Amino acid sequence: MYNPTVARLTYRALLGRRRALILFVLPALLLVIAAAVRGFSGADDQTASDVLGGFALATMVPIIGVIAGTGAIGPEIDDGSVVYLLAKPVKRPTIILTKLIVAIAVTMAFSAVPTLLAGLILNGNGQQVAVAYTIAALVSSIAYAALFLLLGTVTRHAVVFGLVYALVWEALFGSFVSGAKTLSVQQWSLAVAHKAAGNDLITSDVGLPTATVLLAGVTIAATWYAGRKLRALKLAGDE
Amino acid sequence: MTTLQIDHTSRWFGNVVAVNDVTMTIGPGVTGLLGPNGAGKSTLINMMAGFLAPSTGTVTLDGGTIWRNEGIYRHIGIVPEREAMYDFLTGREFVEANAELHGLGSSEARRALATVEMEYAQDRKISTYSKGMRQRVKMASALVHEPSVLLLDEPFNGMDPRQRMQLMELLRRMGEEGRTVLFSSHILEEVEQLASHIEVIVAGRHAASGDFRRIRRLMTDRPHRYLVRSSDDRALAAALIADPSTAGIEVDVQEGALHIQAVDFGRFTALLPRVAREHGVRLLTVSPSDESLESVFSYLVAA
Repeated sequence: MYNPTVARLTYRALLGRRRALILFVLPALLLVIAAAVRGFSGADDQTASDVLGGFALATMVPIIGVIAGTGAIGPEIDDGSVVYLLAKPVKRPTIILTKLIVAIAVTMAFSAVPTLLAGLILNGNGQQVAVAYTIAALVSSIAYAALFLLLGTVTRHAVVFGLVYALVWEALFGSFVSGAKTLSVQQWSLAVAHKAAGNDLITSDVGLPTATVLLAGVTIAATWYAGRKLRALKLAGDE
Repeated sequence: MTTLQIDHTSRWFGNVVAVNDVTMTIGPGVTGLLGPNGAGKSTLINMMAGFLAPSTGTVTLDGGTIWRNEGIYRHIGIVPEREAMYDFLTGREFVEANAELHGLGSSEARRALATVEMEYAQDRKISTYSKGMRQRVKMASALVHEPSVLLLDEPFNGMDPRQRMQLMELLRRMGEEGRTVLFSSHILEEVEQLASHIEVIVAGRHAASGDFRRIRRLMTDRPHRYLVRSSDDRALAAALIADPSTAGIEVDVQEGALHIQAVDFGRFTALLPRVAREHGVRLLTVSPSDESLESVFSYLVAA
């Protein structure tokens, strides 16, 4: 269910594009912010949690998820080069699963690692804040990668829709409409982080059982549907 | 694995019919799929390549359905029309990746690159390639697993004459080896030079089928319409209508021109200047009024 050639092509496509710059810029920004906050106001658990929750988990992880998830397949479908993968005796679900694994790995590498580092800079993992947010970043990486990979197979404007979901739905809408929070990858991963931290510095509007079920459900459903879409992908002909 | 069978196949997009009840069999050798732009050639090739489901009818390779059958790609090689092809790789990396996806290795990739004579540029990035070089690397990627069926969508588009000749030579060789080679084109001369068998598609319909001599005759024997302006239209018309190569002449007074319908193309083109000279009439304009590819092809549909 994993094809190393597909993975290699996907990694190179993802990291070789100009868009990949964002993958480096956002984590760097997070580390700069963490260093600055630590420098100005010293180590404080609440501040650490605010920075990691407000910037790392709410903004950086979803944007990196959008770049990695849509970028793992969208451009290939857009420009038609995906035919070189499709015209091979390789099962379509294998192609999708491989691309998902790559998207998850890239999202994790560029979001969880800097989150851990920023947490260590902010308060040296006091109250388990750094580790808890890192776990949240790892968990949400999986769901975001799957969601945005699906988006990449469904629409040409995957990046735009992805950003709208990540920034408008998760960040803005969620703070006005409480129901929207139940349907938010961020809240689900916060539930996991809350459990990991074992204190109330990190809170979620969703309970852990619900969060776990929804995380797993969304990931599996999105991957399954993306595989289906690819199986019956209609290549836009030139006619 | 060599015979493609298209059986009462139609394909529509919304309420646009791209391919309309086409039935054809494509066997070993080189077959040209000829038709004007927008006739449905790409749609047909995409169905044969398994990228598009027929709306009705079946598309099979030796009896096996092509749509949703990944295993069929062991026998089919595809050269798509679109340019995009992992430009960030070198030619060799690209062909090797294609080989790996077939479960093959670098020796097969090397052989395929040698077949298309691209070894000299194989370590350059594809983004630096010319159109002809891209086409050859695409060919190498399609040949890497020695397929018995090769499908090429407008392979000669944008190639210079030398590249065109090289590719024709290569395809001819593939055909002689007993492979089924199908390529699409909207240029009769291209198809005529290469294909032993021609299928003509016009407006989604299968218009004609046969060897190129038959198609060529159909094309040249069709009635030709000309618009002629001269110093004395009526005298010219009177002289021309006496000859059996013209079927009708209309004197268009408002336009100040003759609309001539010729039935024997070869004879008429020799007749017109001779008759004009004999009657002392000066020809001012002679222009074919329906030489558009579309009208040529639609004549074929009626034939």
